[in-house]
Amino acid sequence: MIHFENVSIRYRVPRGGSRSLKEHMIRRLANRLAFDEFAALKSVSFDVADGENVGVIGRNGAGKSTMFKAICRVVRPSDGRVVVRGRLAPLLELGLGMNAELTGRENVLLQGALMGFSRGAMQERLPSIAEFSELAQFLDAPMRTYSTGMVARLAFSVATDVDPDILLVDEALAVGDERFQAKCRDRMAGFREMGKTVMLVSHSLGHIRETCSRVLWLDQGRLVSDGPMDVVAEAYHEWSGQEAEDASAFAERRELPGRRDIGEVSETRGTAAGIGP
Amino acid sequence: MSSSRLARLDAYYDSGERGFPELDELLLLWRYRGLVWELMVRDIKVRYKRSVLGIAWTMLAPLLNMVALTLVFSALLKQQIKNYPAFFMLGSMYWAMFATGTSFAASQTHDANELAKRIFLPRSVFVVSAAGVALVNLVLSIVPLVVILVATRFTFKATSWFLPIAVVLLVAFTLGIAFFIFTLASRFTDIREMYLVLVQTWFFITPIVYAPSIVPGRFRFVLWLNPHYFLLQTFRTPVYDGMLPPRLVILFSAAIAFGTLAAGWSFFCRRIQDYAFRS
Repeated sequence: MIHFENVSIRYRVPRGGSRSLKEHMIRRLANRLAFDEFAALKSVSFDVADGENVGVIGRNGAGKSTMFKAICRVVRPSDGRVVVRGRLAPLLELGLGMNAELTGRENVLLQGALMGFSRGAMQERLPSIAEFSELAQFLDAPMRTYSTGMVARLAFSVATDVDPDILLVDEALAVGDERFQAKCRDRMAGFREMGKTVMLVSHSLGHIRETCSRVLWLDQGRLVSDGPMDVVAEAYHEWSGQEAEDASAFAERRELPGRRDIGEVSETRGTAAGIGP
Repeated sequence: MSSSRLARLDAYYDSGERGFPELDELLLLWRYRGLVWELMVRDIKVRYKRSVLGIAWTMLAPLLNMVALTLVFSALLKQQIKNYPAFFMLGSMYWAMFATGTSFAASQTHDANELAKRIFLPRSVFVVSAAGVALVNLVLSIVPLVVILVATRFTFKATSWFLPIAVVLLVAFTLGIAFFIFTLASRFTDIREMYLVLVQTWFFITPIVYAPSIVPGRFRFVLWLNPHYFLLQTFRTPVYDGMLPPRLVILFSAAIAFGTLAAGWSFFCRRIQDYAFRS
């Protein structure tokens, strides 16, 4: 169960972008210490019941990531209240925190610990992780010898080899070659069949259309629409087509390369060297 | 109440529920104790992964250091310190624990905060694991210490068994400072560099390579203002002098160590979330 009650999230960004104490002091002395406040979510309310499959759409900077971060308590709401009941598995950035110097096996144990699992629990899971990722014979090789696809496969296998009540998925996750992607989709479908709550975030409607019955549409931090798939999808489709035309016309006129989005604070995906040595 | 809170940490979250940040973080740290261990394993393994001598470096490095410094300082300093190798080894073990523990914690701020912005985990695990790695190194350097003590025909006294208590105080003090530095370095990127300079200076005003008695009377107050002066005495005296430090020094050391830990922990718990998100 996920409950959002008038949730607003604001970030304070120091103007000028510097983070050093020297700059801070100089600006304080010159009385020029200023912060920009940036609202990533503006008074968003909704409820997701157990077993529901909900898609979240919106373009870059709409607040999708921030919303997920609030659900998995990485960010506290500035106003309002978030309640989550059930064990959470956030599949947001695969391979985060993996280390290239460590072996696959060591990385699995580290990943497990990052998700809050004990060493013993992860060791029990190793065989099924090795099997799903099809990397059994590479588990004792250092991660730097893995291809990008292999890293992604291992990361996905670790992240989904859990028994959560709620699954948060970023669609950009489909990893590996086509065959492995199909395997990933099967595993996701399995979660849905078991009656788990699934929230899926995406820029486009493609995948959401197949899997979700309900859609939340976010734009500039506001919940524009919350309703059945077909209704919201149609409205979003119409609106985004219109927006795209406006944007390209605007860019042409001003000779701008495009829109700069500041919304999603971090869009970077995890890499093999997520945290260095 | 707190045990039931620990039990439902994973399955229930209400942002409106606010307890004491110090207690909440402590419960989470306990919940993620496995991660502290994995991070320590990672850091130790990664450091020695590609070196031939591996972990033996941890024991060889202080030995080489000691030989060089003994040669330099016994020639340079006019004062005669009996069994300078033992005197210096103990001081250098003490300092290595403090300096590497705190600066390693500071060097992890960026990666730790980037990680904690994406997955939920208590940031204190990074500070505790940094101090843990330094503690492992301290324990390993007991081997070269014993080698030196035996080689210099040092007579062990029973008071050496006081050392574990002194280590507990040292770890508490190191953690306290590490929590401060980690928090500040999360807010300002240049804190880390400043801290490294501070540690250098701090090393020279602490009587590690020299005996406190060479400090002229009018500068003696500098020693008294330095918390390391008391903690180092508590650490070195039981082994080197074969007697317990004055009771007042022990009490004072304990007060400094646990006071710093409590203050650093509280500062960390109340500020870290805010600071880390200002970037």
